Amino acid sequence: MGDPLYAEGIDLTVFLIVAGKTLVVFAFLLVSVLFMVWFERKVISDMQTRIGPDRAGPWGILQTLADGIKLFFKEDLLPERADRRVFRLAPYLSIVPAFLAFAIVPFGGTISIAGRETHLQLADPPVGVLFLLAVSSIAVYGIMLAGWSSGSKYPLLGSVRASAQMVSYEAAMSLAIASVVLAAGSLSTREIVIAQEGWRWNLWVLGVVPFVIFMIAATAETNRPPFDLVEAEQELVGGFHTEYSSITFALFFLAEFMNVVTMSAIAVTLFLGGPNGPEIGFLPDLWPVVWFLGKLLIFLFVYVWFRATLPRFRYDQLMDLGWKRLIPLALYWLLLIAALRIGRDRGWEWYYVLGVGAAAGVLAWGALNAALRQAATVEAAA
Amino acid sequence: MGYLDGFKVTLKQMFEEPVTNKYPDEKRPKPERFHGRHVLNRYEDGMEKCIGCELCAGVCPARCIYVRGADNPPEAPVSPGERYGFVYEINYLRCIHCDLCVEACPTEAITESKLFEYSFTDRQDAIYTKAELVVDDKGHPRHLPWEDWRPGDEQHTSAWVRATAPNGSAAYEGRVGWSAELGFGVRPPEKGQTVAAESGQQTAEEHAAVPEKENKKR
Repeated sequence: MGDPLYAEGIDLTVFLIVAGKTLVVFAFLLVSVLFMVWFERKVISDMQTRIGPDRAGPWGILQTLADGIKLFFKEDLLPERADRRVFRLAPYLSIVPAFLAFAIVPFGGTISIAGRETHLQLADPPVGVLFLLAVSSIAVYGIMLAGWSSGSKYPLLGSVRASAQMVSYEAAMSLAIASVVLAAGSLSTREIVIAQEGWRWNLWVLGVVPFVIFMIAATAETNRPPFDLVEAEQELVGGFHTEYSSITFALFFLAEFMNVVTMSAIAVTLFLGGPNGPEIGFLPDLWPVVWFLGKLLIFLFVYVWFRATLPRFRYDQLMDLGWKRLIPLALYWLLLIAALRIGRDRGWEWYYVLGVGAAAGVLAWGALNAALRQAATVEAAA
Repeated sequence: MGYLDGFKVTLKQMFEEPVTNKYPDEKRPKPERFHGRHVLNRYEDGMEKCIGCELCAGVCPARCIYVRGADNPPEAPVSPGERYGFVYEINYLRCIHCDLCVEACPTEAITESKLFEYSFTDRQDAIYTKAELVVDDKGHPRHLPWEDWRPGDEQHTSAWVRATAPNGSAAYEGRVGWSAELGFGVRPPEKGQTVAAESGQQTAEEHAAVPEKENKKR
């Protein structure tokens, strides 16, 4: 289907509209990071019965800006044993994917500017979800190269952890997203949103399991607590960005929080129906954006809530959770949903499908546990 | 639901009042017998209490006090006795605020205020001379530029002396055993010592009761 903007060819107006949208998305992401850092510090203070930042601006809302300005005026250090070019490149490899991933998020309905119809969405490629997975994988390079090029052991260990973690949870996340794609029948994010219209949100249409898996995997992907052992201060100093200072550190910091915002936006798109919501008479163009931002805020809050509540995982626990629990569960659920859809097409009774599916699930669960126990005894004997 | 209980706890905390004190704007009340910067007191007629006996300097474990006594000039005596302290210096780079000087003083001349926020930037400023330590004509401690005094702080200059009985004996409750001060007269004793002693006993009983209960459980 695609964006109606490009239907009649591309001229200057179209170009300007696209440039304007790009600018809006770019500015929104930067402002959202400013907001997110402040929001996180404020909410976590509330949860710890503290006040939090309250000096810069009303309710301390300019604190992030002040911190940012301070960072820009710091000296930019280059470690002696660093690989110069890669060391300089890594922060950009980290931040550009964070920006790119947001491009496919639909954050509003269709509006008309200067007589042209356009979606409130930077890009709606037919391979939207694949683009998301590709881009979020590139971010691993930024972290990996940052740690490697620092020429120092703690950043290296941190980046090895980070890439192992991100690659592991990418699998579980992809399987969770695959069930969404299966339900919508399309890889385009806008069509995924359209498929969820009328409160048929993937959150409950698919059973809550893919959503939970996606949330856990997304938390791990963004290296947020409780999966923040990439930056475990007690073990690794600062993790992969130990050697970075000044503006390059600010870029990593920006990328980290931007990933949180982007991942939340993706979660809203995939599971909460994106900008869908009750229609209200006046200002029909505005409300979808409001619904989108409202849902986004809920996710941001949940991320902070995770951080306030959960202690950090140990590295082997993290890997066990990812490989031995989340990936098998996500795979099983994907197969179950696929079986249900095939059953619907072929006219099978749904309770047979569910019954067989449940039996297969119990069987697979038992086999998995037996295999894990076997592996544990072998390991203990060795 | 053991895994999710923690989320309830953190959510509940959000609606609790923050415990943070906005420190430079507002201060927490200091403990009753807080040891702060010293003052040299005067009698109600303006005479200095210090007699230059140097007991404070002798007892000081940090050796931060320097006192020289001198005979009172007969025509204009500084203190009621024979002698007075004509040099009195405390070096606050050395002082550990142990309050032994206050305990040693036979005339309650030296006591401690509750002021601890004095950040001088010069070693000379760290040495408080007699002119800076002696209370002013209203009996209030002098305010130096680098000290953070708040309204009402000058009231608290002799808390240790005003303890009814250091051993907590209720027999001395309410008995004034100290001399009057310039600007304040005879200060009342600290309140509620009997009550405090009794409630202390109660908590001691409770303490004793707890292990018994535990024993019964076992």
